[in-house]
Amino acid sequence: MILLRLFWEFFKTGLFAVGGGMATLPFLYDISARTGWFTTGQLADMIAVSESTPGPIGVNMATYVGFTAAGVPGAAVATLGLVTPSVIVILIVARVLAAFRQNKYVDAAFYGLRPCSVGLIAAAGVLVVKVALFCADRYAASGAILDLFNGKAVALAALLLLFTRGVKQTKKLHPIVFILASAAVGVVFSF
Amino acid sequence: MKQLLELFLAFARVGVMTFGGGYAMLPILEREIVENKGWASHEEIMDYYAVGQCTPGVIAVNTATFVGFRTAGAAGGIAATLGVVFPSVVILSLIAGVLTNFADIPAVRSAFAGIRVCVCVLIFNAVVKLWKGAVPDKAALCLCLAVFVLSVFLKVSPVVFVVLCAAAGILFTRLGVRGK
Repeated sequence: MILLRLFWEFFKTGLFAVGGGMATLPFLYDISARTGWFTTGQLADMIAVSESTPGPIGVNMATYVGFTAAGVPGAAVATLGLVTPSVIVILIVARVLAAFRQNKYVDAAFYGLRPCSVGLIAAAGVLVVKVALFCADRYAASGAILDLFNGKAVALAALLLLFTRGVKQTKKLHPIVFILASAAVGVVFSF
Repeated sequence: MKQLLELFLAFARVGVMTFGGGYAMLPILEREIVENKGWASHEEIMDYYAVGQCTPGVIAVNTATFVGFRTAGAAGGIAATLGVVFPSVVILSLIAGVLTNFADIPAVRSAFAGIRVCVCVLIFNAVVKLWKGAVPDKAALCLCLAVFVLSVFLKVSPVVFVVLCAAAGILFTRLGVRGK
């Protein structure tokens, strides 16, 4: 019964992959090797598609793998398998936290955790900046400092900073407006 | 029931507007869940992210479960999670069915190169916005900078930072450096 196996494989992935969507990758390679549902070449395509479609990457990859293995029911079952352990664990953690949120040690721990989250988010931002605004390959090839920056991308980033922070009329717009506008700019100016 | 449906729909909106994983979800979450719905505060979102780093699974799902639970109990957690994954299941099934070379289409690549630039700026804005609540004093500033520098330059699992910072938070509070 392939649906049951899909659920079980992704349940294990969801249970043991700690630290976000990309942490599920090693598990997917393992599933590919053991089940033959998809090849590692297909997996590379799946990662590319998962990164270029809306939604959390880990969930997208589970859906894609599930679909490849067993069609739309497979997609749904793989995704449910992936999220079931999270939901169970988080519901338990949330209950415990709700009971102990006033505890001074828990409060002190969160005092340390919040700057940690901000630091991790900023670090993740740096990774995106590296890919989006810089051309490390081009710089390595030519050595010219101007080649280090992706000029079009830097110009777009500057405009976006202006519109999201500086201009009063556009500051409050929904983030999706800026995302869609950036996609359009990317297509028109062939980024 | 109405509240569960509302959670499902709100998180489906978050899911469909998130491009590029858990961190890219933050600006959308801030707008939809904190500012529009008022289901969580900026600080709580930070707490959920920290906990979501060291519990199993996808961070977006962990955060959805947390917010759903806080709003409407266990059923709320499940409704929010189903909501956040629903768009993925639909969109990926469509693409996997018809467009296996989706990611190679030049227009798609260009669009996503543009979106990545936007995600940088949105994450930057989110960090600036969260800064005030999350980094109230010098001790917290040191923690934040240390985590930032170390995780940019070292390939250490975020779990390590989360555990160490929780311990540091308790230690700093006991030593009385908190709030200075």
